[in-house]
Order: sequence, then structure tokens, then C-alpha cells
Amino acid sequence: MSLRTWFADKRQKQKGQKSETGHYEVKDETFEQLWVECYNCTHRMLRREFLTGHGMCTECGYHFRINSTQRIEQLADAFEVINDDLVSTDPLVFTDTEPYHERIAKAEVKSNLYEAIITGIATTNGTRFALGVMDFDYMGGSMGSVVGEKITRLIEVALEQKLSLVIVSASGGARMQEGIFSLMQMVKTGAALGRFHERGQLFISVLTEPTFGGVTASFGTLGDIIIAEEGSRIGFAGRRVIEQTIRQKLPADFQTANYLLKYGQVDMVVKRPDLRQTLVGLISVHEKSLKQAGPFMHRQPAMA
Amino acid sequence: MPPKADKPTKANKAMTTTPCFDFEQPLVAIQEKIEELKQLGAETGIDVSGQMTTLTRQADKYRKELYSNLKPNEKLQIVRHPERPNTLDIVSGLSPEIWFELHGNRCGMDDGALVGGIIELNNTPMVVVGTQKGHNMKDNLTRNFGMPNPEGYEKAMRLFAHANKFGMPILTLIDTPGAYPGIAAEEHGIGYAIALNIREMARLRVPVVSVVVGEGCSGGALGIGVANHIYMLEHAVYTVISPEGCASILWRDASHAGQAAEALKLTAQDLESFGIIDGIIPEPLGGAHLDVAGQIDAIGRQVAKAVELLKPHPPEALVEQRFQKYRKIGVPGQSMRHVVRQSAQEAQPAMASASKSASTNTANTANATKKSKAPI
Ligand SMILES: [Zn+2]
Repeated sequence: MSLRTWFADKRQKQKGQKSETGHYEVKDETFEQLWVECYNCTHRMLRREFLTGHGMCTECGYHFRINSTQRIEQLADAFEVINDDLVSTDPLVFTDTEPYHERIAKAEVKSNLYEAIITGIATTNGTRFALGVMDFDYMGGSMGSVVGEKITRLIEVALEQKLSLVIVSASGGARMQEGIFSLMQMVKTGAALGRFHERGQLFISVLTEPTFGGVTASFGTLGDIIIAEEGSRIGFAGRRVIEQTIRQKLPADFQTANYLLKYGQVDMVVKRPDLRQTLVGLISVHEKSLKQAGPFMHRQPAMA
Repeated sequence: MPPKADKPTKANKAMTTTPCFDFEQPLVAIQEKIEELKQLGAETGIDVSGQMTTLTRQADKYRKELYSNLKPNEKLQIVRHPERPNTLDIVSGLSPEIWFELHGNRCGMDDGALVGGIIELNNTPMVVVGTQKGHNMKDNLTRNFGMPNPEGYEKAMRLFAHANKFGMPILTLIDTPGAYPGIAAEEHGIGYAIALNIREMARLRVPVVSVVVGEGCSGGALGIGVANHIYMLEHAVYTVISPEGCASILWRDASHAGQAAEALKLTAQDLESFGIIDGIIPEPLGGAHLDVAGQIDAIGRQVAKAVELLKPHPPEALVEQRFQKYRKIGVPGQSMRHVVRQSAQEAQPAMASASKSASTNTANTANATKKSKAPI
């Protein structure tokens, strides 16, 4: 389906939820929703102004967290959604302080999504590429079976259609409520990327605020090129866990995008307005070279 | 987080009769009764052998029941016992003659928490890689409580590549509370180190067998855990996050670790029922630490069997089997929305095809040239 019909579908869903639950407000009509205050410099700006400005503070340039819909709008001219109907089966029948299936229902309402990632085929400036965008609003962007499966299927589509692949991550890590099944998604996605790698196709991983745990330790860091978005925090272990383990305070900029750049963990730190052009530029330069260089089999590197 | 070594460290045969875990308290009562009776017999000269036999039998029966019905957090206590056989113990038991330990990541460090080298099992040279816990505090300081740094995973990768080059089957032994959550680990790319191992292990052209011998926690375990066959010891656990970590996040209180351990379904028995592991290796009654040699024998038999099974297959088949094993874990369901739409389409085929062509028209022209295979 096209981007437009997909958004229409989402709006429809939002309306339905409003009437069912009664507490879902129409955003544009409330006074608070008209104004946004910057967390960083407390500057106030109009929401309209803020949204057209890539979800950044118009004063200090602070990058607010944006959802997957906003991200796709910023990165793609057109977007065909695939595998949007996959949902978790709750394989462990997990319950903590509340049952997992209830948490799922709440997450759907909160995020207006069916899972923590949207996958599809994007077209930007005439370039087609496979695009997956994680959404922190859906259970902290955590990776369960569905996220793993959707990423793996996206990789398979990219292989089949010989497309470059971009995944924008925002995730607290593996989803605890699916236990070992979540953990094994790290292998599922990693192994699929192994095949993608063998075929010599380009994978660009974009890490955004925040990316941690099982995502960092699987597909998140397996990009041929790793881009960290300005201001995002990226790591394996959470800050609190590290502080508890080593019993000392961590530097304020620990695990920030520029900190990772300093330690050689990412290729570049990119500001949000530049991300689109950076991606398109990188994809076109690689695809150009692949065309010139001929079949990958002749250039395949030896086993690591 | 380093596991608390709050249990008695002396391991000997006497432990079968001297319980040491909380959940073994009922056994203590029976044991004390037997002791009393013995003393009574010695003091008075009365023959108590009949009652002794009954009581001993009772104790044995109770013990068997106890260990076959352990709760997840009780299993955790067993696998965290300081005398539980670690990787180097198992290696020396499996291959007493041949053991060449290979050190270092060739880039500045030899991680003590992850060891590896070459053994011979059943006349087959193999590469073994495993996380290494210590038996005491001093040992654990050099072994970092079995929590590897990125350099450990780099060492593992180097050894996997070595095995791949020389056609050696690989055995990985997993017993770790997780990768080390430290400053240097983050700065040196612990996430990338694990991710790379996962991707490259999936491409190895030799048989890979993994055994979870103790606790297999999160990515730290997976970094050496991508295998053709996975086995777990009877009381071993394999989990996405430590129960303590899970409890402190979901319950906001680490003291709910017992509940978290139940909810996570992390025991060998759970994982076998999910079809994620290929088998369970039985432990001696009361845990592996009570009969280390017997336990290592059992591990050796299972690993040798698996390697014999895998060895005849060509590299491509091994890679494919390993790939498919993980490809099918975590099958999602389909949302009701899809079902509703489908039945609506069946009811009104004319309408459906009409709306279908309408959506094609509204689709962006760039997309219209090549439709995706989306089920929608
Ligand atoms: Zn600001």
C-alpha cells in the first residue's frame, strides 16, 4: 500500500481507539499540544514549527525523539509498507506486574502501531531501498519475535530485489516478555545479515536515541556503515547497570553519539536534517561502484 | 553483576549427605534424625539398623523428588555453586592428554573470562571455546566472574576462524552471567564484538556444538552460542536477561528475581519444550558439583555423539542447517485486522477488487512499477 493510504489507515485506527477508550485526545485541538517546550533549553515553540523542523529545537538544535511515522516522512518520498499484520503470539504467556498481552494492547494504543518496527520499501529522490524504522513508543522499541521476523523478512526482500538496506534503530534491547525467543532474534537477524553480507549488498545502520542491548549486539552494529544520530545515546549495557557494577559515576557524555565516534564505534555522527541526503548519497555511491565492479563473487573476501 | 558466592565453597562427596542450599532444609531434618539414631545405637548398643535403612531410604526418595522438581531459582542456586565444573575443568576431563590453550585477541589483550584451545575428543581434534568462571574469589578476579570483555569475543572469533581453516569441529561451553557491563567494554565495542560473532558463527563451515553448562545469560552467551546443536545440563538456564535484572526492570525490585525466573521460562526443560535446544544432559543427583568426573563423561558422550552426527555433512549443509534452525525461532501470529479484512473481501469480491485498483491508482508512481510481495 502507498504511504498515503497507510497513513489514512492509521488515522482511521486512531479515531476508532478514541471512541473505544475515550481518553485518546485529538492532538491538534488541545492547547498544550500547540506548544512544545525544549527539554534542553526550555525554549517554547509552536508544534507546527517544531514538526516542520525535523522535531528539533528551533533555538538550540536539540533532537527530540521522533516516532517511526515522522522518521519515514523525513527520509522517504514514498513508502510501501510490508508485513504490517504480524503480531506477537505471547509464546511464554508472560506476566509480570501485568500480563504481556495487556501491555501489548496498551502499546498499540500509545504508539498507534502493531509492533515496534515498520518495514517496507522506500523511494527517496528516485532511489529505492529497503527501510526498517524502529519505534520507541511501542514497548521501548524492544525486539521480540515480530521485530526479529520483520527485519529478517526485510533483509530477504532486499536480497531478492537487490536493494540496499537501511535500518533506523531506537530500542531498549531484546524484549524480556518473550524471553529466549527474543534473545534468538539476535541470531535470526544476524545470520540473515550474514547472507546479505555474502552477496555484497549495502547495509547502513542508523542508530538513534536510544539504542541498547540486544539491538546493539546484533543487527544494529552490523552495518557496512554505522551512522549515529546527533545527541543519541547508544550502548550495550545500560548506564545504571554499569554504575551499579563498577560502583562509580560515569562521565556525563558516556555512550553519546560523539563519545562513540571518539572511540571508533561509529562511522559518523549526523544531524537529523542531513540524514536523508547522507543516506541517499551513500547508497548511490555504493550502487554505482557495484555496477562498475561486476559480480561480487569475484571480490568475495575470505572468511573472517 | 558478580553472582554472590554466599554458599559454602567446600565441595566433596560428603555434600550428598550434608545439604547446603535453602531448599534442601527438609533433608537436614531427616539427616539429623539418622545421626541421632546412630548415636543412640552406639550409646545403648540397641540394634537400630532396621530403622536406619528405612530412614536412609526415605531420605533418598525425598532427595530424588526434590531434584526432579526444582524451581527455576533453585536451579539458579545450583548452577551458581562455586564448585560447579567450569570450562577448564571440563576440558581437562574431556581430553586429558591433548590440550593446547590458545591465548589473546592479537590486539592488546588476553581475556581471562573467555578461554579456548584445541582438544581431542574421540580421536577428533576440536576447538573448544568457553566462558570461564573461577572456583573462589581470587580465581574469579582473574576470570572476571565469567563476564567477557569485547577482547574475549575477539579471541573466540579468532579461534572459530582457526577451526574453520583446519576443518575442526567446534565445541562452545557457556556459563556466564553476561558480557561485562563496564566502561572499557562499551568503549571497545562490546555490542559489535558480540554481533560480529553471531553473524560469523552462522557462516562457519564446520560443525558447531554448544553446551550451556551453567547460566547462559543474554548476548554474552550468544556471542559464542550460535550452533548446529545446542545442549543444556539438567539444571542449566538460558535466558534473555538475568532474573535479577528482569525483576529490577519489570517489578522495579530485584527481590522479585524468583518470580522473574519463573516468568522467563529459562530452564533446560522449558527450552526443550520450545524446541530451541536439542537435548538435556542429565546431572548427578543434587547437581554437577557432586560428581564432576561423571558429569564431564556425560557431556563428552553427548558432544561426541553430536559431532559424529554432524561431521559427515558437507560445509554447505552445515551452514544451511544452522541458518534454518534460528530462522524458524519465534513465529509471529497475524493480526485480527488481517482476518477481518480478508473475510470482508470474501464477502464482497467485487468491492475488494474495486478498492484494490483504487489503491493502485493512489500509489506513488515510483512504487507502481514494482509491487511488493506484502500480504496486504
Ligand atoms: Zn532547545
